[in-house]
Amino acid sequence: MNKLLQVHDLTKTYGARTGCANVSFDLYPGEVLGIVGESGSGKTTLLRCLSAQLEPSAGTVAYDMRVKGLTDIWSLSEPERRMLTRTDWGIVHQNARDGLRMEVSAGANVGERLMAVGARHYGNIRTEAEDWLTKVEIDTGRIDDLPASFSGGMQQRLQIARNLVTQPRLVFMDEPTSGLDVSVQARLLDLIRTLVSRLGIACVIVTHDLGVVRLLAHRLMVMRRGQVVEQGLTDQVLDDPQHAYTQLLVSSILPV
Amino acid sequence: MSTQLPTQIPTGGYNFAYLDEQTKRMIRRAILKAVAIPGYQVPFGSREMPLPYGWGTGGIQVTAAIIGPEDTLKVIDQGADDTTNAVNIRSFFQKTTGVATTEKTREASLIQTRHRIPETALSEGQIMVYQVPIPEPLRWLEPREGETRKMHGLAEYGVMQVKLYEDIAHYGHISTAYDYPVRVNGRYIMSPSPIPKFDNPKMDNSPALQLFGAGREKRIYAIPPYTSVKSLDFEDHPFEIETWDGACAICGATDSYLDEIVTDDTGGRIFVCSDTDYCGERVEAGHKGADDEEKAA
Amino acid sequence: MYVAVKGGERAIDNSRLLLAEERRGDPAVPELTLAQIDQQLSLAVDRVMTEGSLYDRELAALAVKQAQGDLIEAIFLLRAYRTTLPRFGYAEPLETAAMHLRRRISATYKDLPGGQVLGPTFDYTLRLLDFDLAENGATPEAEMAEEPLAGAMPRVADILGHGGLIEPETPQDDRPVGDVTRDPMTFPADRDARLQALARGDEGFLLSLGYSTQRGYGKNHPFAGEIRLGEVAVEFVPEELGFPIEIGEITITECQMINQFQGSTTEPAKFTRGYGLTFGHCERKAMAMALVDRSLRAQELGEEPKAPAQDQEFVLYHADNVEASGFTQHLKLPHYVDFQAELVMVRRMRETAANNATPGDDFEEAAD
Repeated sequence: MNKLLQVHDLTKTYGARTGCANVSFDLYPGEVLGIVGESGSGKTTLLRCLSAQLEPSAGTVAYDMRVKGLTDIWSLSEPERRMLTRTDWGIVHQNARDGLRMEVSAGANVGERLMAVGARHYGNIRTEAEDWLTKVEIDTGRIDDLPASFSGGMQQRLQIARNLVTQPRLVFMDEPTSGLDVSVQARLLDLIRTLVSRLGIACVIVTHDLGVVRLLAHRLMVMRRGQVVEQGLTDQVLDDPQHAYTQLLVSSILPV
Repeated sequence: MSTQLPTQIPTGGYNFAYLDEQTKRMIRRAILKAVAIPGYQVPFGSREMPLPYGWGTGGIQVTAAIIGPEDTLKVIDQGADDTTNAVNIRSFFQKTTGVATTEKTREASLIQTRHRIPETALSEGQIMVYQVPIPEPLRWLEPREGETRKMHGLAEYGVMQVKLYEDIAHYGHISTAYDYPVRVNGRYIMSPSPIPKFDNPKMDNSPALQLFGAGREKRIYAIPPYTSVKSLDFEDHPFEIETWDGACAICGATDSYLDEIVTDDTGGRIFVCSDTDYCGERVEAGHKGADDEEKAA
Repeated sequence: MYVAVKGGERAIDNSRLLLAEERRGDPAVPELTLAQIDQQLSLAVDRVMTEGSLYDRELAALAVKQAQGDLIEAIFLLRAYRTTLPRFGYAEPLETAAMHLRRRISATYKDLPGGQVLGPTFDYTLRLLDFDLAENGATPEAEMAEEPLAGAMPRVADILGHGGLIEPETPQDDRPVGDVTRDPMTFPADRDARLQALARGDEGFLLSLGYSTQRGYGKNHPFAGEIRLGEVAVEFVPEELGFPIEIGEITITECQMINQFQGSTTEPAKFTRGYGLTFGHCERKAMAMALVDRSLRAQELGEEPKAPAQDQEFVLYHADNVEASGFTQHLKLPHYVDFQAELVMVRRMRETAANNATPGDDFEEAAD
């Protein structure tokens, strides 16, 4: 199978401060990678570099483009890169307000990506939006309501629908469940797991919550002070952590 | 300066058409660029004019840059030649150029307008100059200039369609009534200036050159003759224009844009052509409005 | 039938005549002379020159007279005249360290070389209406000092600069200084363009913005390092000579605000500047301008722009009162074509709503 994403020696520095350093990994289609670490460990910087929101200081992020094959995303022109991020990729933000257009209806939020790539049939756009609202368990009667009137969990599910509507092959998620009640978290995680496996989407999920990665991630990367200190299959890393820091992390959250 | 000024023109101590020749050249360069890239907003060094911003300073500068002594100028505001803004601008050019002016659309080589396109079809060789208050059609969706320029550059117009989607979702149809956005030559989304959407179809494939000037916002843009101008819509909710049940009370026209005139304070109203020249021509040709027919009867 | 389509031209002519009559007021009252305005309403003239970007006391006085004392209108008149003037060149930068001072104060030092020079100011007056003035009372004379003021006094910012405590003020690069009256502004705007736009900006707008930074909307800890008023020589290099010659002297007000800067990973802590400069005596404007100049530097100094006064596009696109006044007042122009379009649309929307409303709904159809 072809690699979907190939990251090599990725480094981001801010002046003298290091965001993340020398990160390398491969991601295959349909694979879910969890990145864990405490706040300040560099995991969000890494995610922003991977998802073309932040230009790295060194290293490459190569993506398997549908036509060109593996291509460094920073060698693409800005239009190509922007097109990639809004069609073949999805980005689910920690705060739904950053990922949604709060001033337009739920239907428009889901439909926007379709319209951005040229959909011009109102009825079809609406049908598709309804379909996706159903998939993320939002009552289609709410299609014309503003996201502001939604609960936190609904907003996150709407954000997911908005991203998945163009059938991306790769989705980045930044702490998608933090800030939600425990029961709401569980439902959202369940939904993400179902959608990701049913649609075969590859995922990079950043979280400080080991419970989230245990449920969703096939593989795990543990970050500390900008460095990857340990990586491997999720169960392996969590059940038999090698690095002292990972051991500390695991022991501090048990039981999952 | 190597400018050739037309001689014997009463210009009241100012240069022909008020602007100095350097400035006119700068504006003409902007116009040429605008014509070369239909619908693209070209920044230009807009000058302070002896007319307040928002009152047609952009249109005046465009007209001043292209007007010549041989031109015949028509100025309209709201379709009429005799409204305050039109009178002011016409007298400005009479004073500073001495060119012939007309109220007849057919006779004009240059038509400066605010908010309307004449009903009489334009022809080759004519130039329309539009006064534009807010040239950026994406401004209401994105206030930042840096971001809107990027959206135009990359033709990222999804958000514009989102606005139309919202209209249909909430009202059952697109609710923009004037300044209805268009796509020019299949590329740039453009503000047609605050003309009623009734006038939008007249821009499409017009034989006349159409120039747009926004003085305060310092932008010029253009539609060359015979260029496609499409009003944004959805396949299943196509663009449509206003219709009236009645006809013009003066000339009986049913195909022109009608203004509503309130005749008393109990809801009485009549409709008359907004284009006064068109209306007058029809009356001269013997057409009658409903009121006159009643009287005759 | 009432149809207002003709007669605009004559009505406009008559309106102009009425305006002229009202400007003159009661002919029994003596007419103001430009000299009177220049001498006795000198601060109005100063403001009109500053925001009109043209140093000409007589024309500014004429503008004030013609505008019936409406200063924004007067600024507009002066600007419209200014655009028609040919450019024959650009003056050398003013050497404000060498200006002949009439007023110079610093809030950061108790005393400094040259001393604090209070000069003419409202600062120490009691704001009591002076009824003697109403009666054309005699003007008390100021006493002449025994010694003249020092010819040149160092600027406070230069004094700080010797210790490296304040950022040096150096040109951004080799490119020529821009001209916002000739070229459209682009964003992010460089400091030359920003300072020009602020100097032309509306005093009231900048005052309120500057004030907002003091109240915490983009706080930047200002100190009035120095405010100086006086006369400075204007120099110009004619091409045929190749060296500068003095072509005149103008009155200016200069304000340097000193602001704390925490420093960053790459730079040690130091003071930064906000700069204000006006024609004539416009102290409030110069101070407000300096505050806003500093707040607009947020981004280049690595501060996160959050407040309105730190938002370049917001400040620079809305600071110009000629633009703002024109666009606000253009709402007086006829808009009936657009309004008609809206009428048709609103009626249609109401019809749709009425048709959708099921019987029994308390949707009320308006009386048509």
